[in-house]
Amino acid sequence: MIEEAIGYKINYLAVLLLGLAAVVVPILPLVLAKFIAPKKPSQGKSEPYECGVPSAGDPWGQFRIQYYLYAIAFVVFDVEVLFLFPWAIVFKQVGIAGFVAMVVFVAVLAIGLVYAWRKGALEWD
Amino acid sequence: MGLIGILIGVVLILALAPVVMMYATWMERKTIARMQDRFGPTRVGRYGLLQPLADGVKMLTKEDIVPRGADRMAHTLAPIVIVIPALLLFAVIPLGPKIILADLNTGLLFFLAVSSVETLAIFMAGWGSRSKFSLLGAIRSAAQIIAYEVPMVLNLAVVVMMAGSMSTAEIVQAQTGRWFLATPWGFAGFAVFFICALAEVNRTPFDLPEAESELVGGFHTEYSGMKFALFYMAEYLSVFAVSALGATLFLGGWMGPILPGWAWLLIKTYGLVFVMIWIRGTWPRFRIDQLMAFAWKCLLPVSLANVLAAGVWYILPAPWGALTCTLLLAATFLITSQLWIPKARRVENPAL
Repeated sequence: MIEEAIGYKINYLAVLLLGLAAVVVPILPLVLAKFIAPKKPSQGKSEPYECGVPSAGDPWGQFRIQYYLYAIAFVVFDVEVLFLFPWAIVFKQVGIAGFVAMVVFVAVLAIGLVYAWRKGALEWD
Repeated sequence: MGLIGILIGVVLILALAPVVMMYATWMERKTIARMQDRFGPTRVGRYGLLQPLADGVKMLTKEDIVPRGADRMAHTLAPIVIVIPALLLFAVIPLGPKIILADLNTGLLFFLAVSSVETLAIFMAGWGSRSKFSLLGAIRSAAQIIAYEVPMVLNLAVVVMMAGSMSTAEIVQAQTGRWFLATPWGFAGFAVFFICALAEVNRTPFDLPEAESELVGGFHTEYSGMKFALFYMAEYLSVFAVSALGATLFLGGWMGPILPGWAWLLIKTYGLVFVMIWIRGTWPRFRIDQLMAFAWKCLLPVSLANVLAAGVWYILPAPWGALTCTLLLAATFLITSQLWIPKARRVENPAL
């Protein structure tokens, strides 16, 4: 009866149910471990690992700028790739004109890549 | 599929997933051991078959240590957050003509979106631990996963072009008679997809986030006991899910003669899992600058070319289409494979 009532949305109901039930899989062993595992905290144990020497400085600090450059490049390309998907679905119906339009689009994408490359945004150092 | 069917499917996935994960660790240890001229686990049960159970019990009885100064909330949530998407991935893998938990018409997009959530969990783990090794591992992992995501998504777009649908079930149907692997664009697409899949699940040669020899354990350096085990669970589940996706998109999914559909999918999936283990047994690890350069300067141009190549393949008449498609891909690969390799040089203060 529920299939008729909500139709296609039953597939999303399945995902929702799996997602809710999946929460049990990681939480059950964690709760179990809470009762079984020993608890003997000590000063030395709670130190962050640093090859056995006392840790120096705080890791929550500055990071290489390169990671941000890659992240920006990712945003540009990933958003543009998303535009490919609606076109890809109808690719066989839009014919040569549709294909040429997408060639232009991908060419712009490729020029962007060449630009980032020449600017050195893709270099590690 | 009715409500009863959905409930059965949910229970099956959640019951089988831990078993799949446990025996994936056994399979990996046995295979790697044989490749290295060792035996691997032999003591617990016949052929060490009960070893994963023994490991599970051991993990349960280990103390859970949270480092001083850690963000406790993020530290505890990370292992939970990483396992749930790994389980959700199995919802869109078709095991047969009608055997699929959720036949979403955006199945492929769902898979990509859900698998990206794991990056967040890895970053939560690295940030929440407040340890240098953890944070380095996490930030490298984020950089690596986003770098390899772009070529992967481009090649999945090629599959969508040819199948005319994002539903995983319909993509399998579109391969009736010929696997996508058997076409020039499908072959290139599968190669790039598989390389990116290795990077997305942090496997050798892209296992920099947990590079034991330099980062100790990467993002899970500060984890112990059951939380640590959950990270491994997520990793092996992802390995399995991404192999199943590869089999579904390029190797004809559940289609095959004589045997039932689910058996064929399992054979193909385990084949791909075996190749991943084989690669781990054979290849050394990439350096971080090589890793990033390879994604942006080699895989990305090849993937862009593949979108065009697939279009040409479809539009031109049969022999010319295949020929132009192959030439285009080969030319791009030959050019970029010369360009991407970083110059060898000495660095005074090597950056992390």
